[in-house]
Amino acid sequence: MTRQQVLDLYFIEARAKLIDLGAFLDRVERAAGEEDFRMTAFRAALGELSQGETSKARRVLLSFSDPTTEPIPAATTKAACGAWPGTK
Amino acid sequence: MRYIEPHGHMVSRTTDDYRDMAAAGCAAVCEPAFWAGYDRGSVHGFHDYFCQLTDYEPKRAAKFGLPHFCWLCINPKESEDVKLASEVIAIIPQFLERPNVLGIGEIGLNKNSRNEMKVLEMHVDLAARTNQLILVHTPHLEDKLKGTRLILDVLKADQRIRPERCIIDHVEEHTVQMVLDAGFWAGMTLYPESKCTAARAVDMVEMYSRERIWMNSACDWGVSVPLAVPYAALEMRRRGYSAEAIDKLIYQNPAQFLGQTPKFKLA
Ligand SMILES: [Zn+2]
Repeated sequence: MTRQQVLDLYFIEARAKLIDLGAFLDRVERAAGEEDFRMTAFRAALGELSQGETSKARRVLLSFSDPTTEPIPAATTKAACGAWPGTK
Repeated sequence: MRYIEPHGHMVSRTTDDYRDMAAAGCAAVCEPAFWAGYDRGSVHGFHDYFCQLTDYEPKRAAKFGLPHFCWLCINPKESEDVKLASEVIAIIPQFLERPNVLGIGEIGLNKNSRNEMKVLEMHVDLAARTNQLILVHTPHLEDKLKGTRLILDVLKADQRIRPERCIIDHVEEHTVQMVLDAGFWAGMTLYPESKCTAARAVDMVEMYSRERIWMNSACDWGVSVPLAVPYAALEMRRRGYSAEAIDKLIYQNPAQFLGQTPKFKLA
C-alpha cells in the first residue's frame, strides 16, 4: 500500500483512538486519589510514540514489560495487570 | 474462502459458534487444553476434560462437517501445584493415541514462576519421549517478554526438540522476531484487547515473515471472537492481498505445521 492508501484506510480509526487516549488521561487526572505504577508505565510508553523512526508498537510493548530474567519464587496470582511495578 | 482455526477453546463456546465458523469457511478447528476459569480439584477433573476434548467435542463439531483436533496438557495457570501437574502428565499418554490428538499443548508459562518452569520442562520431556508436536502459550501483557525468553531457553536446552515442530503462540511485536530467529513457528492471537488486532497481525506478517506464522482466535470463555481469523482475512483483502496470499496465511501455513502429524487430516 502507498502512504496515501494507508491513510485512507486507517486515519479515521487512529484519530478516534487518539481522542480516546486523551479522554482516558483526562478521566484519570479528574479523578480523586493517587495514581499507581500503571500510569507511570503508561506515560513512559506514551513517550515512545514520539521517539525514533521505527518499531513504535514494539517499543511500547517493551516499555510495559518485566525486564528481569530470573523466574519468580512462586506465582501468587494468575493475572497480569499490563504494566511492570518496577517501572521508574 | 477456506481457513483453519488452529487455536479455539470450543468447550467454552456455543454450538452456534461451530455453525458460524463452518459457514465462514472453517476447514478444521484445533483445541488446546486450557484453564477452566477455576482450578480443577484433582487429576480426575483433567481425565474428564481430556475425554471431553477427545470424544464429545469432535462429535459436536462433526454435526457441521468440521474436523476437530486437540492438544493435551495441564495449563500453565494450574502449574504452581507440581504434584497435581505430575499426576496429570502421567495420565496424558493414555490419550495420545486417540485419533484427534495433535500433540502437547498449550504448555508454557503464566507468571514465570519456578514451579511453572518445572512443569514446562516435564511437558517438554513428555513431548520429546513420545515424539509429539508442541503448542506453547506465552504469558500475558507485562509477563510476555520474560516468559517468551524463558520458554525459548527451555526448548533450546533440550536437544531432542526440533523447533520446526513447536509453535510459540500469542506472539506480539516484541517477541515475534526472537521466536522466528530461533527456528520456531509463531502464532498470533487476535484478541480485541489483550493480544493483537487484525491490523497489527497483518503488519507483523509484512514486517517479519510470511512463513512459519499463523493467526488464531483463541476464542474461549473470555472476551474473544470465534470468527477473528476470517475477519483478519477481510483486513488483508482491504489491503489488497490476493486470494492466494490470504489462503497461504490462514489455511496453507497452519496445514503445513499441523500436517507434521499424520493425524491431521482434512476432509
Ligand atoms: Zn489458548
